[in-house]
Amino acid sequence: MPDTFIKIASVTVGSGGAANIEFTSISSAYTDLFLVVSARFNASLDAGSGAAFCKMTFNNVTTNYSNRFLTGDGSGVASNNNTNPPNFPCAGTNNTSNTFGSTSIYIPNYGSSNNKSISIDAINETNATTAYAVLRASLWSNSAVISSIKLEELATGANFLQYSTATLYGIKSS
Amino acid sequence: MPSTYTPIATTTLGSAAPSVTFSSISGSYTDLILVATPIYSTSAATKLYINNDSTSVYSGTWLYGTGSAAGSYRVSNTAPIIINYFNNGSSDTPNQIINFQNYSNATTFKTFIGRNNNSAQGTDAVVGLWRSTSAITQLELQTTTGNYNAGSTFTLYGVKSA
Repeated sequence: MPDTFIKIASVTVGSGGAANIEFTSISSAYTDLFLVVSARFNASLDAGSGAAFCKMTFNNVTTNYSNRFLTGDGSGVASNNNTNPPNFPCAGTNNTSNTFGSTSIYIPNYGSSNNKSISIDAINETNATTAYAVLRASLWSNSAVISSIKLEELATGANFLQYSTATLYGIKSS
Repeated sequence: MPSTYTPIATTTLGSAAPSVTFSSISGSYTDLILVATPIYSTSAATKLYINNDSTSVYSGTWLYGTGSAAGSYRVSNTAPIIINYFNNGSSDTPNQIINFQNYSNATTFKTFIGRNNNSAQGTDAVVGLWRSTSAITQLELQTTTGNYNAGSTFTLYGVKSA
C-alpha cells in the first residue's frame, strides 16, 4: 500500500531567523493538506499575553478570506469574526524562553475548484497568567488550487526565530 | 515502510443524498478519522449513527464560537447525536474532522473528538461518547433535514499505531 500521508516539505529556521516561511509549487497530487507549525517570533504583538501572531495566505493572495474563531486565554472565552487572512497565536519575545507555539492546520480538498475551508487549532502556551488557545474556522473564497502557502508575522514585520519549524503534509484519499 | 494512515473509503456524491454510510469497517486499525466537506441542500446539521444504533446511548459536549458569542453545550442519553453545534447553510463551505479513538476494541465505550468549521456560522469542538463496547463497524452521516448535495465529499481514514 503506497503512503497516503506524505511529508511534502519541512522548514526549520536557522540562526539568522526568517522573515517568512513559504511552501511553493505544492503538488496537486494530494486530496488534503495538513500543516504543522511550531513558531516563535522576535516580537510580542499582544501586551497581555506576550503572544505574537502568524498570518497565513494562499497563492500570495491577501483577499477573500473569512474567519470565525473561538479564543480562550486562561480566564475567559470569546468569539470573533473578520475577513482578514487567517492568523494564529505563536510564542513571542515576552513569552517563556525556549517555548514555541503549536498549530495544526487542515485544508481539505485544496485542489478543487470550490472555495477552500480551513480548520485551525493553535496555542501559544507560556508560563504566565495569560496564554491563548484558539479554534478557527476559515474560508478562502477562491476557486484556484492552492499551490503556495506563506506564513509571516501579522503586523510588525518580525522574524521567525531559530528552531521555528513548519511541516507540510499531503494526504491522499485513495 | 507500510502505510499507517490509510484511506479506507471515500465518497464524492454525484447526486444529492440524505446520508452517507461507511460499512464493514475493518478492525485492523487503531483509530479512525473521518473528513467531510458537505454541501447542504438547506440549513441543516449532521446526525451520526454508529453501527446503525438508534438507541439513546449517545452523549456529547461542545465548545463553540459563533463569531460574536462563545459557549458550551451538552446532550446526554440522546439518539442519534448531532455532531455539529451549528446548522450549515446551503451556500456555506463547512468542513468536519472527526477522530474515533481505539474504535475496534470490544471492551470500552467508544469516544470521538470532532471539529466543525464554518466561516459563515462558527467553529466548534465536540467530544462524544457512544455507550457501547462493540467495535465500530459502520458510520452513517445523515442530514437533519434535506440532502447532501452533489460534490459533497466524505473520506474515512484508518490510522495504525504500529
